[in-house]
Amino acid sequence: MTQQSTAEKLDQSRLNSTQDLLSLTESIRGRRDEKRPVIIVCHGTGCLANGSPNVAEALRQAIKEAGIAAKVVPQIKTTGCHGFCSRGPLVIMQPAGIFYQRVQPDDAQEIIQATLVEGRPVERLLYEDTKTGERIIHDYEIPFYKHQQRIVLKNIGKIDPTDIYDTIGAGGYLALAKVLSRMSPADVVSAIETSGLRGRGGAGFPTGRKWASAVAASKKRPGPVYVVVNGDEGDPGAFMDRTVMEGDPHAVLEGLIIGAYAVGSNQGFMYVRAEYPLAIKHLNIAIEQARELGLLGKNILGSGFDFDVEIARGAGAFVCGESTALFTSIEGRAGEPRPKYIRSVEEGLWGRPTVLNNVETWANVPLIIERGADWYKNIGVPHSTGTKVFSLVGKIANVGLVEVPMGIPLNRLIEEIGGGTPGAGRFKAVQTGGPSGGCLPYELGDVPVDFDSLTKAGSMMGSGGMIVMDEHDCVVDVARYFLRFLEEESCGKCLPCRLGLKAMLEFLNRFARGEGSLEDLAELENLAKAVQDGSLCALGGSAPNPVLTTIRYFRDEYEAHIKEKRCPAGVCKDLISYIIDPEKCTGCGACARSCPQGCITGEKKKPHNLDPAQCIRCGMCLDSCKFSAVVVR
Amino acid sequence: MKEQAETIDEILDRYPGEPRYLISLLQDIQAEHGYISREAMTLVCGHTGVPLSRAWAASTFYKSFSVEPRGEHTIKVCLGTACHLKGGTRLAEGLERELGVKSGCTTKDLRFSLDTVNCLGACALAPVVVLDEEYLPNTNSKKVKQSIKRLDAE
Ligand SMILES: Cc1cc2nc3c(=O)[nH]c(=O)nc-3n(C[C@H](O)[C@H](O)[C@H](O)COP(=O)(O)O)c2cc1C
Ligand code: FES
Ligand code: FES
Repeated sequence: MTQQSTAEKLDQSRLNSTQDLLSLTESIRGRRDEKRPVIIVCHGTGCLANGSPNVAEALRQAIKEAGIAAKVVPQIKTTGCHGFCSRGPLVIMQPAGIFYQRVQPDDAQEIIQATLVEGRPVERLLYEDTKTGERIIHDYEIPFYKHQQRIVLKNIGKIDPTDIYDTIGAGGYLALAKVLSRMSPADVVSAIETSGLRGRGGAGFPTGRKWASAVAASKKRPGPVYVVVNGDEGDPGAFMDRTVMEGDPHAVLEGLIIGAYAVGSNQGFMYVRAEYPLAIKHLNIAIEQARELGLLGKNILGSGFDFDVEIARGAGAFVCGESTALFTSIEGRAGEPRPKYIRSVEEGLWGRPTVLNNVETWANVPLIIERGADWYKNIGVPHSTGTKVFSLVGKIANVGLVEVPMGIPLNRLIEEIGGGTPGAGRFKAVQTGGPSGGCLPYELGDVPVDFDSLTKAGSMMGSGGMIVMDEHDCVVDVARYFLRFLEEESCGKCLPCRLGLKAMLEFLNRFARGEGSLEDLAELENLAKAVQDGSLCALGGSAPNPVLTTIRYFRDEYEAHIKEKRCPAGVCKDLISYIIDPEKCTGCGACARSCPQGCITGEKKKPHNLDPAQCIRCGMCLDSCKFSAVVVR
Repeated sequence: MKEQAETIDEILDRYPGEPRYLISLLQDIQAEHGYISREAMTLVCGHTGVPLSRAWAASTFYKSFSVEPRGEHTIKVCLGTACHLKGGTRLAEGLERELGVKSGCTTKDLRFSLDTVNCLGACALAPVVVLDEEYLPNTNSKKVKQSIKRLDAE
């Protein structure tokens, strides 16, 4: 996956003062031709997977062939993820803002001809409202975008993340300039404290307070202080941090430099998960470009402040997202947590004071500095200020990434922005907070999405993953899924987590097989509470959440498994059977050919038969049938 | 293909000989040689001054390291939450049957390695399978099988 910078090159030497930066910003803005068409082709991970580079290439070709006068030749710009990956590849025609979705290379000619030459949209590529069926021309009118408040994501999808000049033109590093020219380190810490910003990585710890502790610790023990970006994004099924690192790497970097200045650090680290090669690449490019311009390194913008940063790649262990494990991993050892008798702000990397914040937390910092703590504080609700980015996935019409003010009711997020669950019904449950979060039922749809309300409901904010489930998803299966994940990822250092999770999983496995009793269910609850209390780090401490919330809100579904040996959602393999609906079966034979057991038989063009005794419920027939004739009971 | 370093020495030259570069070195060797041989591990330990036992501990702790030779092609099935709900687990089981190996293992002829991963950050396209570097979005067992056949024929 490669991405070439698409903006024009400016020749700029090192910036030696904040004034130099402001002049550069002005000159980039001045050089822009507002009327020149820009065709944005999304090159985030999702759209790349859907073949967006081929679309960009086809558009380039089509422009050449259309023989457009050299003066108005559009610029093709590749950007980070627009959050609407399920509709990708996305193409947006600026300055008009025409939004095309699911664009294929074959569409390029028509797009150029119709939109650029004739000035009309290509109807069939426009977004179709999931409720009204109406075609919508502009991105800002689409409900998915209309109800969002994009401040952290404001540049993503607009700038070319591999070109620092594009970022600077959009106002990048102005907050840093403000800090270096007009604010003392203590001013910065106090602005972050006033803003009410809380950590976006899971626990919601007040960021300003964390920074202040690091400053206090380093006063007691003079020596190096470190600042670290947690880009491990361990929640399996969420991609907020990926999008920010890929789409606006300079925002994270700028936040980190400002933080370093505030706490007196000269060395930073970015810990990024290895499964995100594009994020690593874009961060590396950003760091190099910032260094060249003198925004990193010695004497930043002539201020006398030195700071540099290194990237550390994760190596595929969930527990490494936890602060102490992350530090041991950067130090080059197996990432195991250690007891937190001493807080990691005071003794972090190499035993020194260390500020660790999540990607999104860092990306909020420049906004707060630039627009002021008071402005920020007024977004969201009193104890959860600002916005939060959520990844909406699962059984939801508009799968994607959204940014909303804190405190928005859960069902507004799911129904209005997410477009609800496809098909008739309503959503059944939402898992928030990833594997350590909880599962909330539809009935709690009016819960405000903020740190404290979610915790009160038994779930948590986590890093912002939201998995929407419908009636075809089984809560026992989901609880089992998360527990299995955590059991595998447990580092094994402490007993309650290592053995407790295993024992809990055994209960759930039994329920999924239709074994077990109501006494087992009660025992599982007790065990869950013991693991919650006894574990060394929050991995074990929060692991029981999905189990406890699903029991709390969906007890009847557990009981159906236990008492009636039935999986109401039709998921748990041992409790379901596949059958072929003779009404729908056309006798095409596709299922019989796909069945690894050879247990489907029948004559050509006649309804087929499935022998349940031999069926292993692998689902191959289900995937291969074009007529929905294979049904799960 | 990435440019491959001919020898482990060339990779060692990229990092100063300090213990904290252990993981980075192992990652580069894994990426370029496909696995970490005993010999490579010994060289890394000599370079960084990390005891062999600690290097083994690290390379077995992290999921992305392999201490055995890997297949020519790697098939990664995403088992993140979004992919799980959309049938990722079924896909993985199907591939295990098809290739005759368990997840995390390599076929005897060293053609394919089958791995599962926890989320590739492309959850909107669930379920996702990655063949070498190619993403297969919104896939199913039939499509994956066809893509594997194509690779095998190459
Ligand atoms: C098992 C475990 C996994 C974690 N994974 C992550 C992660 O992937 N990303 C993250 O930012 N924080 C993660 N955290 C939270 C971090 O320990 C830490 O609280 C956070 O990075 C602090 O940054 P914040 O205050 O900006 O949220 C994890 C915590 C635990 C216990
Ligand atoms: S990658 Fe294009 S919208 Fe997400
Ligand atoms: S869950 Fe599979 S890509 Fe995220």
